[in-house]
Amino acid sequence: MDFNDTKDEAQFREEVNTWLSENAEKKQHARDIYKASGVPGDGSALEDAKKWQEKLYEAGWACLHWPKDYGGRDASPMERVIWSQEMSKYKVPGGYFEIGQGMAGPVLMTYATEEQKQRYLPPMAKGEEVWCQLFSEPGAGSDLAGIKTKAELDGDTWTINGQKVWTSGAQFSDYGILVTRSDFSAPKHKGLTYFFLDMKSPGVEIRPIKQITGGSGFNEVYFTDVKIPDSQRLGEVGDGWKVSLTTLMNERLAVGDASGVDFQEIFDLAKEQDFNGDQAIKNGSVREKLADWYCEQSGLKYTKMRNISALSQGSTPGPEASITKIVSANKLQDIANFGMDLMDSGSIVRDDDTSALFQGSLLGAPLIRIAGGTDEVLKNIIAEQVLGMPQDVRVDKNVPFNEIPTGSKN
Amino acid sequence: MNFSFSNEQILMQEEVKKLLDKENSVKRNRTILEGEEKFDEELWKSLVAMGLTATTIPEEYGGIGMGFLELCVIAEELGRGIAPVPFSSSVYLATTAILNSSNEDLKKEYLPKLAGGEIIGTFAHSEKTSFPDESGITVSANGNKISGQKIAVPDGDIADFAIVSATSGKNVGLYLVNLKNDKVTIETLDTFDPSRSHANVTFENAEAVLLQDDAWTSIEKLLDQSAVLFAFEQVGGAEAAMNMAKEYAMGRYAFGRAIASFQAIKHKVADMYVSLQLARSNCYYGAWALSNDSSELPTAAATARVSATKAFYECSKENIQTHGGMGATWEFDCHLYYRRARLLSSNIGSQGIWKDKLITSLEKSNSPA
Repeated sequence: MDFNDTKDEAQFREEVNTWLSENAEKKQHARDIYKASGVPGDGSALEDAKKWQEKLYEAGWACLHWPKDYGGRDASPMERVIWSQEMSKYKVPGGYFEIGQGMAGPVLMTYATEEQKQRYLPPMAKGEEVWCQLFSEPGAGSDLAGIKTKAELDGDTWTINGQKVWTSGAQFSDYGILVTRSDFSAPKHKGLTYFFLDMKSPGVEIRPIKQITGGSGFNEVYFTDVKIPDSQRLGEVGDGWKVSLTTLMNERLAVGDASGVDFQEIFDLAKEQDFNGDQAIKNGSVREKLADWYCEQSGLKYTKMRNISALSQGSTPGPEASITKIVSANKLQDIANFGMDLMDSGSIVRDDDTSALFQGSLLGAPLIRIAGGTDEVLKNIIAEQVLGMPQDVRVDKNVPFNEIPTGSKN
Repeated sequence: MNFSFSNEQILMQEEVKKLLDKENSVKRNRTILEGEEKFDEELWKSLVAMGLTATTIPEEYGGIGMGFLELCVIAEELGRGIAPVPFSSSVYLATTAILNSSNEDLKKEYLPKLAGGEIIGTFAHSEKTSFPDESGITVSANGNKISGQKIAVPDGDIADFAIVSATSGKNVGLYLVNLKNDKVTIETLDTFDPSRSHANVTFENAEAVLLQDDAWTSIEKLLDQSAVLFAFEQVGGAEAAMNMAKEYAMGRYAFGRAIASFQAIKHKVADMYVSLQLARSNCYYGAWALSNDSSELPTAAATARVSATKAFYECSKENIQTHGGMGATWEFDCHLYYRRARLLSSNIGSQGIWKDKLITSLEKSNSPA
């Protein structure tokens, strides 16, 4: 049992570091991030991010695990891990290409024609073209297969009408992956068809959603008679659910850790704040909470190490990774709330860096617990896919979609 | 990166599991719980025959010279099988205390017998119903004689000798005391989990051999070392309880379907799984620190201990809940795990103690993960 690289891994890490140190600026501390990066919806770093991504692409560091033919490096999963470990030590712009490269890319790789792969994958890897994912709808979130956006075929052109919601980065995307309903009389999971489309197509309207944080990382996207050629269909007509599952599997891997306040921040704050005339950290109830959060943070860190170790030894980590988001999002919310408790009445004032940090995390946490699979959906995944427990009874499973009851909130 | 146990260690773990399954250790736990015997001697002999008591003892002292990593996987299986044997007292604590010491005579005398299971040892530390700090030790040492009382000593009525913390007036030292001695009074206690025996041990000018003078740091280290092993035992028990809950839910039907198909049950079992995975991963960190004698051991041990204690409590209590009323009957095995979870939480210091130790350790290193 050790944390050491194998000889090949060490050599690769060295190579990565050499390139990064010549081309990027090292972080001074963990919070030392590139301006505006990781803030979806804020397009201010888009140009910088595109330049950086192009640099990566030219040097062969973009989409490491992709085939070289499509702009990747044919890297092993372990090399990919090493790359992201090392890159996290540098101050670089990001946050714009993850959906394309992480979700649209794998789907195109599986379902697109060779010609389409050659056309779309390299610009995606290069960051030249940004992609978004058009899945959730007002009436279809956790129950994603309940979507109603309509696709009708006439000749070899599809016409799309309907509405998507929670689309990250739609406002600066060139293309999108889209799941629609092409048959309303088939059972829910059987009538779906999957496409990719040009986001500049006539009839696509994007409206930002203002979140409780005040930011607008997400959008509503409306489709009014939007035309998509049949050649941009991915998978068979009616097979859209199968194609969507490929995307979702990748989404859950991509989401991972929740960003915001963590153990270090609450530990530091507990040393700075007074509580009943003494340092807060001297108080037993404070120490007890700190210990719980440290154990969670450490547990996630070493769970990741165990997964990486499995990768290094050639096996694939499964849906066990689902625990990361459940634990980190709830921890984020509780730490943020407790941090504000420690700052007492001053915590609600916004003109202070520390209180703003905790406030931002408290407001950001609810959406992190929902995005990319809610806590509840992830627990179902653990129970069903990891532990082999049976699926819930589904009353809508074999019913034609247009006969499924809907409530007033859909 | 190789953050996992080796194939040989995993193979060894499987052998221990097979033995405990074959010997039906869970049933034996019930026999000891309900009967007059203090521990299962037959099972103990099987473990000794397999060489498990000799695991960490070097060959020169009659052991097999493996390491703490092997002991970790053994501990996990003893926890899974809720084995009614004095393994933690004799191996995690007494053997480790002697291995840690520099008293060559004692090593030569005791280690071969411990390895061969001829004698059983324990660690006698607590004196009242709170975990002792350095100033709380009242058992006193006067030259090579000690006097005073240790309470609820695990296996105190089974062990041949105990490692005892005692104050010389100047500081707390560690002493080795032969318990089969007319200057030592042993009083077996009625406890929460009678599958593991406990006794009050009273010394009246009992003969003692000094293991180490000014030993508080060594005591802390011994507790850290054993905490990792206790944590593995707790993780083994937690996983057994989680699996019991899952299996029961798959076979129990209500409202026309397996209760395992209800989200209320699935989420409960998923919560058990989450706490178990966090604990297991922290245990691996503890195992790494323990086997490398790392300076991170105090942090790693406390982290493993706190999360394993939490996981075993959660899994054992929600296992009963999943079983419904039957889970709370004497007949079902759920309570055996519930009792063992509580017992292991109380041995070597309770949850509050270890949480405090963890934060103290982080304050010292000031460099959390």
